[in-house]
Amino acid sequence: LPAVPAVLKKRLVKLVVNFLFYFRTDEAEPIGALLLEHCKVTKEEENIFSISFIEEPERKYCFECATEEQCQEWVEALKRASYEFLRRSLIFYRNEIQKMTGKDPLEQYGISEEARFQLGAHRQ
Amino acid sequence: MKLNERSVAHYATCNSPTDHAGFLRKRVERHHHHVHHHGTSYQRHWFVLKGNLLFYFEECESREPMGLVVLEGCTVELCEAAEEFAFAIRFDDAGARAYVLVADGQAAMEAWVKALSRASFNYMRLVVRELEKQLEEACKSLAACHRSPWRSSSSSSSGRRRHLSSPALQPLQEKPTTLENGYSAWSSGGCVTGGATYTDHDGGQTKPPPLPPRRRSATGSATGSPASGVSPAMLESPVSPETICFSKLHDWYGQEIAGLRQEWQERQKRGHL
Repeated sequence: LPAVPAVLKKRLVKLVVNFLFYFRTDEAEPIGALLLEHCKVTKEEENIFSISFIEEPERKYCFECATEEQCQEWVEALKRASYEFLRRSLIFYRNEIQKMTGKDPLEQYGISEEARFQLGAHRQ
Repeated sequence: MKLNERSVAHYATCNSPTDHAGFLRKRVERHHHHVHHHGTSYQRHWFVLKGNLLFYFEECESREPMGLVVLEGCTVELCEAAEEFAFAIRFDDAGARAYVLVADGQAAMEAWVKALSRASFNYMRLVVRELEKQLEEACKSLAACHRSPWRSSSSSSSGRRRHLSSPALQPLQEKPTTLENGYSAWSSGGCVTGGATYTDHDGGQTKPPPLPPRRRSATGSATGSPASGVSPAMLESPVSPETICFSKLHDWYGQEIAGLRQEWQERQKRGHL
């Protein structure tokens, strides 16, 4: 439920890859989306979490969930929702597997040379 | 459809890793049915690929992108256009428009097709899941190894052969890649077989992120419980209801629409319609 401060509107919210879409509850097409890169997901008070972006940290998109449990689920899911998070995971696993087995697991996929999968190439 | 424009523009232009960049000519799509293939035109833009997002800019110094293509549920194919070095991004959702792009040469075209066909978030997620499994198996094998009579005394990895069974994993493929005359049809989940050596890496600099969550079944409810992108069904099939969302994103940038409208008006004035 995205909120303009103090005003909560009921919305259907859907996480699809690294986008958070929101819909009016009776419509099939979204009214808006948030790209979830370079963002911070914060658990706020009970049932509430917020998303803010690196270039405008004071601006928070607030969401209120039905239960605290749902709220936690959302926070966990959203924290892992960015492409950058996946990239870091991939680099981590690649490195660990290489250390343990001496083999580069990306070779079989033909993507070991790609710059985006190299260690130390990426920050943040 | 609303979008967090400032954040998107910031992400597009900040110095976070760029997966590919370069000039491409983009075919201008006509919205009028009675203008057929007469006078197809292309506009040259600066394209930047970051993750699963393909941004394009008026110029490479432009501070804001003109447009954005979300590379999910799409295939990247060489295409038969009058232009040489043309390729197309086509979406599984029939309603979404295709993007026809033209590179400057053979090498550039191949590099773009390769980069774009592996750009999707879903592809990354599949690879990460596979690696996660491989790591688990490697850990188990290692544990078993230490219990066996002939143990390997060294615990360091460099250069040492281990008696570990390498899991017989198939390379990831959603659709088979077929090669004809050196050209191939790439799917967004496809891959190229072919060895490549992995050279230097520095150890220990990356902090291990937590393991990705286990799959959970999608539960829908009107109050917004997560219809999370982790459901198995979404991985098997192209993102179908969601591509509606992405079509909207493609048409989002107002500048491009304004540009197209202006161009159409100019053509009308010149009597080309």
